Amino acid sequence: MSAPLLDVSGLETQFPTRDGVVRAVNGVSFTVNRGEILGLVGESGSGKSVTGFSLIGLVDAPGRIAAGSVKLDGRDIVGLPNDELRAIRGKRISMVFQDPSMTLNPVLTVGDQMLLALRAHERISAGDGRRRCVAALEQVGIPDPGRRLDSYPHQFSGGMRQRVAIAIALLHKPDLVIADEPTTALDVSIQAQILTEMKALARDTGTAMIWISHDLATVSSMADRIAVMYAGRIVESGPTATVLRDPRHPYTRGLLDSLPAIAQAGEDLASIPGTTPSLLKLPPGCPFAPRCPRAQPVCANEPPLAVEGDRTFLCHFPLGVRA
Amino acid sequence: MLGFLIQRILQAALVVLAMSALVFAGVFAIGNPIDVLISPDATQDIRAATIAKYGFDRPLWEQYFTFLGRALHGDFGQSFVYNMPVGRLILSRLPATLELTLAAVLGATLLGVPLGMYAGYRPQSRFSKAVMALSILGFSVPTFWVGLVLIFAFAVNLGWLPAGGRGATAPLFGVEWSFLTADGLQHMILPAINLALFKFALMIRLARAGTREAMLTDTVKFARAAGLSERTVLLRHVLRLIAIPLVTVFGLEFGSTLAFAVVTETIFSWPGLGKLIIDSITSLDRPVMVAYLMLVALFFIVINLAVDLSYAALDPRMRKGRA
Repeated sequence: MSAPLLDVSGLETQFPTRDGVVRAVNGVSFTVNRGEILGLVGESGSGKSVTGFSLIGLVDAPGRIAAGSVKLDGRDIVGLPNDELRAIRGKRISMVFQDPSMTLNPVLTVGDQMLLALRAHERISAGDGRRRCVAALEQVGIPDPGRRLDSYPHQFSGGMRQRVAIAIALLHKPDLVIADEPTTALDVSIQAQILTEMKALARDTGTAMIWISHDLATVSSMADRIAVMYAGRIVESGPTATVLRDPRHPYTRGLLDSLPAIAQAGEDLASIPGTTPSLLKLPPGCPFAPRCPRAQPVCANEPPLAVEGDRTFLCHFPLGVRA
Repeated sequence: MLGFLIQRILQAALVVLAMSALVFAGVFAIGNPIDVLISPDATQDIRAATIAKYGFDRPLWEQYFTFLGRALHGDFGQSFVYNMPVGRLILSRLPATLELTLAAVLGATLLGVPLGMYAGYRPQSRFSKAVMALSILGFSVPTFWVGLVLIFAFAVNLGWLPAGGRGATAPLFGVEWSFLTADGLQHMILPAINLALFKFALMIRLARAGTREAMLTDTVKFARAAGLSERTVLLRHVLRLIAIPLVTVFGLEFGSTLAFAVVTETIFSWPGLGKLIIDSITSLDRPVMVAYLMLVALFFIVINLAVDLSYAALDPRMRKGRA
């Protein structure tokens, strides 16, 4: 197998607070191959968004990357000077956010914003830039793109706005797009459309994607591989079909059981007891132990990282493995 | 758009009319100008003749309507004190105030907004903290005291700049302006700084607060993720996002300084409108007061209209559905 496009290893991102250091990302390692879609799943506060921002060096102050490396084509980009990181952002790794009504600037036309993004990495005349923007809008399925370029974000529907954001992210044909819950703020019917289209776009352009979501269902329809995050760690990862069919980590099992599609009509949805632990007061050892049905006293020790073929998991008592 | 303008012009006429009635009645209540106009030892005949000449023997409402009828033809009456038409008197003073106010407000904005944006962009830096300390000073130190200190330091002790007056003037559009001559400019520096200090502090605070808020928005995150330089983010995105409160305050400050630059004009014996109104109040020069305050109302109406129109230019979301 060729070298991965992105190789993240031992990534730790911390936020100092008055009550102590919050380890939002706590030793995360994964790889993304060219053209591959990796789904990053977890509850709110599990550190999946911070992981995404860490990859492009945009952690909000006072947070910082405390340890680990992010290798893009073999070159570590953690701690690069700001202008070198800037040259990567948008050009090689770009990002799409959750709520398109918040990400686009309400007082600039869509065309102006696209031109700014274009000119962040290229010297290009206004005329050529405009043609590129029209092509980019066309690619994401916006009708009458030439005229729409002079519209403002509020003149688009939610789904169309997100398409504009996606078009901006794809302007420079990046190697990797980090999509942070890009369909969460949209209507369900629009969600499905955007999912299908983004998957097709990734295939056509050979762009790899990290699809961040709390929704296992959307991720499973998108991703080639998934990584499940809990309390700042990846507790299980592997090919999507395998992980969903035969989860190893009790947390993944819990997530799957709480999917509405699995329950019978009239039956109560299963839910994981308890709540996500505060990152300030993590229990020793496995952070999921207090909520875990299989927990034993030994879970207060660090769980071992098990590697089984193309999948990994972090558990003392994994499911489906004969001891 | 045309309907909007017509509506605003009708409103303006109504406001000016109400203002004239209020001031007319108010000034009448202050005192009898006749006591100031003629010396106490004048004969009864002279006294009666003067009263008849200015129409003080008529009932107040009749005096008011006479005044109104003449005002509609552009005749605001004779100043009791200067013995010249009020319109010409005010117009002769307007340029002095106008150029001083413009210099102060523009200077405060052009300097204060960049400094405030920087302070909001890097709130922790030592330079930002120094800027904020300066702005607190600008807020809390009274204008008259700053004016005296400026004169004492730069005019008396150092002898660099003149302490008062307009200096040499040059004509433009048939009016005399100080800013067209080197000597006049020198005379403008101290009073302009004196007037600008408070507005400068205000602009710094506004720009800083807006920038701090804007830097946390997803718009800025998304722009950064697209690889835009910090400079472009600040100049193209943030400045547009924070422009509306800045324009609002610019308009208000411009209007109120134009009308009430009294303290500074008095200290620097700048022959502007502020000084004229104070003089006319002490001498009960009613025509000047009435016409002046009508003019002030008109200033505010025009400035507010300009501010409203610039809202629409700055924020496309305000262009539709306006009453």
